[in-house]
Amino acid sequence: MNSFEFSASPLIPDQLREQLLDRTAGAYVGFEGWVRDHNEGRQVLNLEYEAYEELGLKEGEKIVQDVKSRFGVTEARCVHRVGKLEIGDLAVWVGVSSPHRDEAFTACRYIIDQVKHRVPIWKKEQYTDGDSGWVNCERCSESNAAAVHDV
Amino acid sequence: MANIRVEYFAILREHVGQSGENLETNSRTVADLFDELDRRYRFPKMAHMKVAINDEFAEWDSVLANGDSVVFIPPVAGG
Repeated sequence: MNSFEFSASPLIPDQLREQLLDRTAGAYVGFEGWVRDHNEGRQVLNLEYEAYEELGLKEGEKIVQDVKSRFGVTEARCVHRVGKLEIGDLAVWVGVSSPHRDEAFTACRYIIDQVKHRVPIWKKEQYTDGDSGWVNCERCSESNAAAVHDV
Repeated sequence: MANIRVEYFAILREHVGQSGENLETNSRTVADLFDELDRRYRFPKMAHMKVAINDEFAEWDSVLANGDSVVFIPPVAGG
């Protein structure tokens, strides 16, 4: 079973959590990322996630496998939604089980931070004022200036 | 002359108006290819863009090979 997945259908934490159960585990830490009704001062109506799934699955798997070996946790998984989501929907879930709580907290935090930073997923927010925009692309202007890339 | 597949996601897909295209190019590196396409499409200006070749992250100075698939990756926003 893959440790990192995308899902076009709603995530059910109780079902996901069951996949981490293990007799050697004494701790479980779960993280749920929810769709919020505001972002950077704007009122959000709904949003849409788009993923480059071929690369995203590889990168997500690397993150989770790296965590499992680095922090010595028993089991770890992450699932990220794609498609259109409404306010309050579960956008991303991370779960970690381990013998003791310390490594479960640390590993869970590490996974969500790395996923947000490294996995090619984009979020387009629809605002209540009718405008919309790609998040983290505030410096992406539709100007005619040449695009900048890191060479 | 190399035959290259380019896929577009998110802001680039919307800007270009298609999710991908096959093209013939004389560009030597992916950076050259980006500049070639930027002259055609006038991409939105963005910092810290990444690039992938054949579904693996790549360096901008990577040399293109016939049949490569290229994806330009705008700033990500998971979670």
